[in-house]
Amino acid sequence: MKKTHSYTCINCPLSCGLTLVEEDGEVLEVSGADCRVGEKYAVEEFRNPRRTVSTTVRVQGGVLPLLPVVSAAPIPKALVRDAVRMLSRLTVDAPVADGQVIYPDILGTGVDVVASRRLDAAGRGDA
Amino acid sequence: MSAVRRPQCVVIGAGPAGLGAALAAREAGLSDVMLLERDFELGGILPQCIHDGFGSIVFEQVLTGPQYAQRFIDRVERAGIEVKLNTMVLEMRGDRRITAVNPADGVFELEPSSIVLAMGCRERTRHQVMIPGYRPAGVICAGAAQRDINIEGLMPGRRAVILGSGDIGLIMARRLTLEGAEVEGVYEIMDHPGGLTRNVVQCLHDYDIPLHLSHTVTFIHGRKRVEAVTVARVGEDLKPLRDTERRVPCDTLVLSVGLIPENELSKQAGVQLDPLTGGPVVDETMHTSVEGIFACGNVVCVFDLVDWVTQTAETAGRGAAEYVLEAGRRKRGPAVRVTAGRNVKFVVPQLVRRPERGVDFFFRVEHPERAARTRVLVDGEELYSRKAKMVRPPEMIKAGADPGKAARGPENVTVEVVAEEEEA
Ligand SMILES: Cc1cc2nc3c(=O)[nH]c(=O)nc-3n(C[C@H](O)[C@H](O)[C@H](O)COP(=O)(O)OP(=O)(O)OC[C@H]3O[C@@H](n4cnc5c(N)ncnc54)[C@H](O)[C@@H]3O)c2cc1C
Ligand code: SF4
Repeated sequence: MKKTHSYTCINCPLSCGLTLVEEDGEVLEVSGADCRVGEKYAVEEFRNPRRTVSTTVRVQGGVLPLLPVVSAAPIPKALVRDAVRMLSRLTVDAPVADGQVIYPDILGTGVDVVASRRLDAAGRGDA
Repeated sequence: MSAVRRPQCVVIGAGPAGLGAALAAREAGLSDVMLLERDFELGGILPQCIHDGFGSIVFEQVLTGPQYAQRFIDRVERAGIEVKLNTMVLEMRGDRRITAVNPADGVFELEPSSIVLAMGCRERTRHQVMIPGYRPAGVICAGAAQRDINIEGLMPGRRAVILGSGDIGLIMARRLTLEGAEVEGVYEIMDHPGGLTRNVVQCLHDYDIPLHLSHTVTFIHGRKRVEAVTVARVGEDLKPLRDTERRVPCDTLVLSVGLIPENELSKQAGVQLDPLTGGPVVDETMHTSVEGIFACGNVVCVFDLVDWVTQTAETAGRGAAEYVLEAGRRKRGPAVRVTAGRNVKFVVPQLVRRPERGVDFFFRVEHPERAARTRVLVDGEELYSRKAKMVRPPEMIKAGADPGKAARGPENVTVEVVAEEEEA
């Protein structure tokens, strides 16, 4: 059965409205794009949309109670909420180095979640 | 009281603007650069902007706010720049005398040879958009909500309505959702979103959060805590249409209604401000109207990309270094005004003094336009011209030009956006 999906291209300010037509997972047509970038984007959004995850995890003994973390690469979009939920149950100990792996291979994606800043132990940094 | 310190350059504020300016001043030859920051750590607003999307121009890599800040913090630490944290600048005079306070030194004074202003911006509040209703708890600015959730670990509420579709509001719609709150919708008075398209798509569409354009909040209900808001469609005059009013239950109203450059200190020192940007009038070295006082980043005008904040910071830092190292040997030349032409809201810098060097102009358009051309004219001669498929007010535009290359003048520089003739 033929199905249509709509996307908004975000690769340039024109923000073309894209329409993708597929039949049983086979892409038949992309329309609405002003250039090839948009077509490629629509196919990717249909086949395997990915997003970078950024959230915070709890820290013990740090100058701040939370540590910002980020996935080292984009992960499948459908897993973003689960990844955030999983990370919200985590607590790490200060000090933390910038880029330190906080959670390896999140949800079996092969992507590590890393600290996105340095976080010193309490007692340093504040006057 | 101890002797007044006289550093070569004092930078006020240690966000990306201040960090970049201090580094540039140092690299341009100043040995005695001092960085003053009222917070307990460096980085400005960036440590709370935990999402990605920073650095695509400066680092050609997509970083989170904290990652972007960390790179500059590491460099500032290695460069041996003197940093004073927990230090609030209380006063700045036109002769560059600074009064500041911190827990270690108490109240102290500085008389630097140059100053770079990098205080950033602040959020517009409920008062500036004038929403009638009670004054309950639960009305919060988007940036404050961002700080609560990402730094302090506090949730501002469970069911939120967002007023304004600026980038910070859009980003907070996603963040609140991911943290388990419900975002009922984003309401925007204009007929186009205030934030970048990528944020509309990745923060709202991805999470099925509705965006109501041409809508506003007309009443806040609840005496102790927000209980609901009334929303309404607006007519072409932006006035609410009463018969479209509808009550939306919620416990939190998040305001994302714009940012204003933070210029209380600049005013004290008599720095001339531009009513269009809310920041100082600057020349191509980011020199303000007051000798030896430079400005960069969001204190000058609100940038949407941190990369451009960094670029203005490097210009200001180099400008301050040059000013100090050439002290007394050069009088400031006469300035040529930069005019905002067709469909241009404002241009930074507003003045060009040394046209023999290339200048980067940053500007915003007044209204969205398809198939346009951005141009820089010097006395009528076109020195820069570039096609744009689309221009939109949230997306700042940069145009580089070399006014000194003009055949005549320069007596007048104009930046404009014109309609492009249909292509064959
Ligand atoms: C709440 C908020 C959220 C934002 N979120 C985003 C975002 O998600 N993405 C994005 O691209 N951009 C965002 N921005 C835009 C962002 O401000 C810029 O990208 C960038 O951080 C601006 O850098 P800056 O150095 O000019 O200002 P800031 O980063 O604001 O730094 C200014 C610094 O000056 C210090 N200061 C001010 N006054 C004094 C004083 N009197 N004495 C001592 N220190 C002082 C402040 O404490 C602060 O550290 C946001 C802005 C705000 C206000
Ligand atoms: S399809 Fe091409 S022209 Fe249209 S928004 Fe995407 S990149 Fe821009």
